[in-house]
Amino acid sequence: MNSSTLGRISALLLRYFFLLRSSWPRVLEIAYWPTVQMIIWGFTSLHFSHSSPELTAGGILISAVLIWDSLFRSHISYTLSFLEEMWSRNLANLFVSPLRSWELILSLSIVSMIRTLIGMVPAALLAIPFFGISVFDLGLPLLGFFLNLVFTGWAISQAVTGILLRYGLGAESLTWMLPFLLAPFSCIYYPLETLPGWMQGIAQYLSTTYVFEGMRALIVRGEWLPELMWKAFLFNAVYFILGLGVFCLAFRSARRRGLLLQSGE
Amino acid sequence: MIQSDPILQVQGLTKKFQSKLAVDSLTFSLPRGSIVGLLGGNGAGKTTTLSMLLGLLEPTSGKIQLFGNNFVRNRHSVLHRMNFCSPYVDLPQRLTVMENLRVFARLYGVRDSAKTIARLVDDFRLLELKDQPIRRLSSGQKTRVSLAKALINSPDFLLLDEPTASLSPDVSKWIRQQLADYRERTGATILFASHDMREVELLCDQVMMMCRGQLIEQGSPKELMETHHRSSLEEVFLALNEQGGVG
Repeated sequence: MNSSTLGRISALLLRYFFLLRSSWPRVLEIAYWPTVQMIIWGFTSLHFSHSSPELTAGGILISAVLIWDSLFRSHISYTLSFLEEMWSRNLANLFVSPLRSWELILSLSIVSMIRTLIGMVPAALLAIPFFGISVFDLGLPLLGFFLNLVFTGWAISQAVTGILLRYGLGAESLTWMLPFLLAPFSCIYYPLETLPGWMQGIAQYLSTTYVFEGMRALIVRGEWLPELMWKAFLFNAVYFILGLGVFCLAFRSARRRGLLLQSGE
Repeated sequence: MIQSDPILQVQGLTKKFQSKLAVDSLTFSLPRGSIVGLLGGNGAGKTTTLSMLLGLLEPTSGKIQLFGNNFVRNRHSVLHRMNFCSPYVDLPQRLTVMENLRVFARLYGVRDSAKTIARLVDDFRLLELKDQPIRRLSSGQKTRVSLAKALINSPDFLLLDEPTASLSPDVSKWIRQQLADYRERTGATILFASHDMREVELLCDQVMMMCRGQLIEQGSPKELMETHHRSSLEEVFLALNEQGGVG
């Protein structure tokens, strides 16, 4: 990576830093939703701990909520940063500059990672005094779960930003919809066997399924299954390439159709 | 100031959107250091042409040779030497004037960016506005910031799409003067798409008139007026329009 590339990436990071600095509700929002989720699920977990202790053993509900949220946060942070460029009609300024597409993708990924950490770490830390549950007790595997879900989030984001480029802000609702489409198949709160056969067929091709199966094995049975983690990474590599492919095709199509100058509100 | 070697050579440039021919086999070149006006009515193909010259739009066919490079295939090798300004493209609204200039200075790899920004703030009278977010500026003030952004990398080739649209005559005049000074100081080439005939007449060395995607007239404002026996470019434009040649 040469100094020009680093300069351009740092320019975008500076742009998103200025944006956050200019609006305190944006900063608050980053940590607000994960914390509210954690509190709601924390009390739900507390309630069920008396009637159905197997449901909440080892803080599994709260851990699942926090870990799942890292996918949603990473995706939303990536896509919202891109949407900011569309909302402010600034995309053409970026695309006529020496900035390359992969530099934009890398910058959005870095911003997404920073925003995800700002959102998730306070929620995870607050779960300790509030409910006596620390996801950090999962140790090194937590990093694997987290990274896997962040990668899944980025893969979805690449496809979504490509679609936004091609179809404009009319496709904005996809930003919110797509991660939730994965949720029922991902076995976040229940084991894979709970799903009907046809859903299990789909779930086995999702990286998220292996993350949550691995997390449950670790929390409930104290068993660390690295093969599930590697499967998740493998699927994520495939999704990442597919997401990148969708973005590149959509970018090319937008360039052919003259949509890069018109993108905006 | 104008040199004979062309900075830009366009050959057979064509853009077709499905069945609509937006730009039809344009062939022209821009001499280094010239200010060239691109005139035409609505839908004549000016913005489509500029978009292709900026790399925002892929031509259907044709060649664009910019700074001696094949721009269609390898635009990234020359993008750092050009810039543009258009009232249809905004700068990030929540960022202040200074923040925007700092971001774009980094994006273009400007050396000694603090000095460059200070000069632009001075040139475009932005000192009192420098800490204002873009969204709070008037359209004239926004145009000044956009032009400052467009000059942040001291471009050798500057593309302007109706930079004075909806501005008062005094601000338009002041902006014309800034552009003329910039060309004088740096020897840059400026391509200027506009509806304002008077402005083009005052500023440009050469004029290209477009109609339905084609280049129908080309020459200095004086040459065009003499050829068509008219006293202003506007009259030339209207005469061509009556003949069905423009717009």
